[in-house]
Amino acid sequence: MQTANLLPLILVIAVIAYGLSYMRSRAVAEPIGGIRNLKALPFYYAARAALWCAIPALIVLALWAGFEGKVIQNYVVASLPAELAPESDGQASLILSQINNVAAGKLDPQFVPPEVVGAADLLDALKQRSASFKATLVILLAVLGAAYAWTRVQPHINARENVERTLRWIFFVCAAVAVLTTVGIVFSVIFETFRFFGKVPITEFLFGTSWSPQTALRADQVGSDGAFGIIPLFTGTLLISAIALLVAVPVGLLSAVYLSEYATRPARAVIKPLLEMLAGVPTVVYGFFAALTVAPFIRDLAESIGLEASSQSALAAGLVMGVMIIPFVSSLSDDVINAVPQTLRDGSLALGATQSETMKNVIFPAALPGIMGGILLAASRAIGETMIVVMAAGLAANLTANPLDSVTTVTVQIVTLLTGDQEFDSAKTLAAFALGMMLFIVTLALNVVALKIVRKYREQYD
Amino acid sequence: MTDQRSQAEIVRQSLKRRYRKERRFRLYGMTAIAIALLSLVVLFTDIIGKGYTGFIKTTMTLEVVLDGEQMYLDDASDKDQMSMADFQAPIITALQKHFPEVEERKDLRELSRLAGSYASNQIKDLLARQPELLGTTQTMEFLVHDTVSVYVKHADNPAYSIRLSEQQQRWVDELVEKGVVDTGFNDVFFSRGDSREPSNAGILGAIVGSLLTMVVTLVIAFPVGVAAAVYLEEFAPQNKFTDFIEVNINNLAAVPSIIFGLLGLAVFIGVFGLPRSVPVLGGLVLALMTLPTIIISSRAAIKSVPPSIREAAEGIGASKMQVVLHHVVPLAMPGMMTGSIIGMAQALGETAPLLLIGMVAFIVEIPDGFFSSATVLPVQIYLWASSAEQGFVELASAGIMILLSFMITMNALAIWLRKRLERRW
Repeated sequence: MQTANLLPLILVIAVIAYGLSYMRSRAVAEPIGGIRNLKALPFYYAARAALWCAIPALIVLALWAGFEGKVIQNYVVASLPAELAPESDGQASLILSQINNVAAGKLDPQFVPPEVVGAADLLDALKQRSASFKATLVILLAVLGAAYAWTRVQPHINARENVERTLRWIFFVCAAVAVLTTVGIVFSVIFETFRFFGKVPITEFLFGTSWSPQTALRADQVGSDGAFGIIPLFTGTLLISAIALLVAVPVGLLSAVYLSEYATRPARAVIKPLLEMLAGVPTVVYGFFAALTVAPFIRDLAESIGLEASSQSALAAGLVMGVMIIPFVSSLSDDVINAVPQTLRDGSLALGATQSETMKNVIFPAALPGIMGGILLAASRAIGETMIVVMAAGLAANLTANPLDSVTTVTVQIVTLLTGDQEFDSAKTLAAFALGMMLFIVTLALNVVALKIVRKYREQYD
Repeated sequence: MTDQRSQAEIVRQSLKRRYRKERRFRLYGMTAIAIALLSLVVLFTDIIGKGYTGFIKTTMTLEVVLDGEQMYLDDASDKDQMSMADFQAPIITALQKHFPEVEERKDLRELSRLAGSYASNQIKDLLARQPELLGTTQTMEFLVHDTVSVYVKHADNPAYSIRLSEQQQRWVDELVEKGVVDTGFNDVFFSRGDSREPSNAGILGAIVGSLLTMVVTLVIAFPVGVAAAVYLEEFAPQNKFTDFIEVNINNLAAVPSIIFGLLGLAVFIGVFGLPRSVPVLGGLVLALMTLPTIIISSRAAIKSVPPSIREAAEGIGASKMQVVLHHVVPLAMPGMMTGSIIGMAQALGETAPLLLIGMVAFIVEIPDGFFSSATVLPVQIYLWASSAEQGFVELASAGIMILLSFMITMNALAIWLRKRLERRW
């Protein structure tokens, strides 16, 4: 039975357990003078039964469904005869996909060796057996749990405490999902990264100035090694991010200043949501805009004044990315400017300073750390942004500072290396994870520093 | 005395300059806002300008003689014959009726290219459904070829006509004049999945894919997010581990979305063996990505419930859990829902992580379940935007309009909810 069908079934059993325990709790309350003499309300007895029924069954189901595919696969591969046994991971995935396709009926059995057909039959049989085992076990667990809880509907047992403790645990697990996610991220990049460094030395990765991850199919092909120097990617990322920040910081900051110090209340009420709309626009829309409108425009403009520009210039991607992070800078700056105590403002104005002088000489210096924090956060945003650069920046890893040239970024390369068919073991695929790890470390560092600055600044005036 | 006057004098003299500076500073601020708002306006007009034609389809109404001899077909219920038959021939004949002067083979081929590549399939489908129609004359509406469609929609712009020969342009002009070629509301766009041919491609597949993915995201992220927020606000002890959880949540909120794609690839596909490009996988990844947003906004909502409510409930003997579940959470629910809807809108527009987990596949069928291959709206837009054909570009911008309208609706719903349900204490 499919996992998808088991879920509602467990739910039904849980509801039945709930109903039966509810009735039983009322029945046991009857002879002792009503439910007021029970340790807990009937609802809690019933809820406890439902929890007893559902939780163990769901845990087993989740574990089983999570690992059955992998376990069956390994078993099938291990069962292959020696001459077909895969020598590398790449071969293994090839044979596996053959087996899967035969089993699914997508591939005609006469095109593959008989051993593969045998393995496909084995796969089918194992899958069926696993499914029936799973269903039996899960249903058994659900029924047993429900039955146990049902027998425990007794007036002296405080079901409320049980239920509340369980709920607390469930809440805790939910909160811990955030930790699990971080752990998952770290582990998912770290393993592949180490495997990558087994193939390409870390010094070459960090200090190499050439990036061309195309590993050749044949060993004797020209340029079969591929070059994995991250420097051109980093400079490309930095170039585009710098352009973006050059747009976003002045515009965002000045907008924030105007909105918080000069704008009338109704103007603010209209402009602020409009600015925030810029942040709500999906990045793929910005990418579309950058690639199909801004980039050709910039190329034509540059050509009209006699400059040569790539049709995938860093400038186009950077400008559009800048527009995207304007609301980010402006709302963060708005927060910190508003957090500067009114007394500072009043003091400066009372001394006869104009509003702009107050702003420049009093508020701005006071808000500077917070604003710096905001800019760092914006920078981390720009570095990690993917869609705009995937659509508008190029693939060629040029080591250049010319904004009219085409550059590539870390995120672009991750997407390029990992989209389409790929074998899980080649240096090309692993390189994407190494890049992901670099990206994660850099953005994490920026965020941590930025949050620390912002928090310290807030404490200063709180 | 004289000294003081001169000081006042100095101030007065400098005033003009200072006020000028003040005005200039104000102007800078206004310019900044103008730049930001202008980008917004340019963005929207550009997309609407490029995309409104995506909602228009160009069709060609022809009198088709379903002549069996011409199609090498004498029994339309015979499957073997049907697979061999020439369904292009009746279309050419029907077109030729409008241009009797065209006789040369080369010209005929050019003429037949005015009809869309799926036109012959349309005849085949009709005959497969109603074999008795063989030999009759039918009035049928076909989609025109994509190049023709682009040419007709942009009749005033010569840049869009380059892919048609001059002769073809003349024919099309004449057919438009006769009313054979006509434009109408693009119902194809809203009723089909992707296609290699722009005029035959639709967005329904992507909409359904997005819907399925969002259901998974909501079902996972909302309960987990709310539970996590409740734990952190109400139950968490003050200790190192709680701090660690909080740091994690804050950092996850700022991790680039593409990293979540790597997580999905390595953990959900690599370790748990989930199939690629299915809504369940996409939903899971997006749920992890949205979780911090939901937790943060839910915590804010819980914090805003006044302590008097808690104290009153505790005062009449409610347990901690009862206080939370019976009073705090229901009162905080509008705020939690608002935050979740905004988080879901973000997830709806997210593309990058989905690229890595294989939701970029070319999928024609409309997905019919959580485990069938699917693509989502933003990825579909990306796919169309990256193909060179003009017809796809307008589809991409039409898709953007649909995506944006979904997002605006969700945000409006969130604002309405907040206005309607949120209480100020």
